[in-house]
Amino acid sequence: MGNGTSIGRVRGLGSSHQGTHHWLTSRLTAVGNLVLITFLIVSLLLLPDYAYATVRGWVARPLPSIALILIMINTFTHARMGVQVMLEDYIHSEGGKIAAWLLVNIVPFVAAAFGVFSVLRIALGGA
Amino acid sequence: MAQARKARPISPHLQIWRWGPAMLVSILHRVTGNGLAFAGLGLLLWWIGALANGPESYQSFLDYTWTGAGDGLQPVTAILGKVVLIGLTWAFFQHAASGIRHLILDIGAGYELEANSRWSVITIAFSAIATILLWAFLLLR
Repeated sequence: MGNGTSIGRVRGLGSSHQGTHHWLTSRLTAVGNLVLITFLIVSLLLLPDYAYATVRGWVARPLPSIALILIMINTFTHARMGVQVMLEDYIHSEGGKIAAWLLVNIVPFVAAAFGVFSVLRIALGGA
Repeated sequence: MAQARKARPISPHLQIWRWGPAMLVSILHRVTGNGLAFAGLGLLLWWIGALANGPESYQSFLDYTWTGAGDGLQPVTAILGKVVLIGLTWAFFQHAASGIRHLILDIGAGYELEANSRWSVITIAFSAIATILLWAFLLLR
């Protein structure tokens, strides 16, 4: 991005050619979330009570475990993309953009890893 | 360069436009989405982490978010917790309904002024009714 030539002033300012993939992944994970979160809400509503043993026993079963692991991956992917779009709209300073880029590319992965690990602890950890 | 940018015409912001259902639903979609992303997923991690960590952690999660038992900040945070939990269920229903509306708009349908308005209003009605039904089922059973 030099200041000298006309081409130098616009180089690097075009499309990244990743928009379609971003758009489509947002929709795919949206449909996934509709199924997964509906499953989570209905399952939780049908639990007889919310005591530790009841809830943990439910999470430890195979289908809920798999659903929760998928939820950790799918919701954080979807949230990451949505938050990214929001930040792109509102953050204009160069420093802010770097901070936003770090936030969007680190926090969701750490969070999802923690979530998946927690489900695995419950599913495979016995008591 | 910066001088030239300042002088350029800027897009009118929220207070300029006349409010309509489609505008409200669009804004709600972003607000609820980001609320779910930060508060919703944060609580989800707290819940699953506490559940994985053992009975004491799970009880502590319940005390802070719902029961209010304890001699620390729990009585205060439990009030906040109820508001946030009920708010999050509404946010999910609103975001889901508005998201389905977006999926339909994506295939090119529903752009006629009247249909667009009607479906916007329906998402708002749906989220309110679904939230009431969910908590009625949960608290009154």
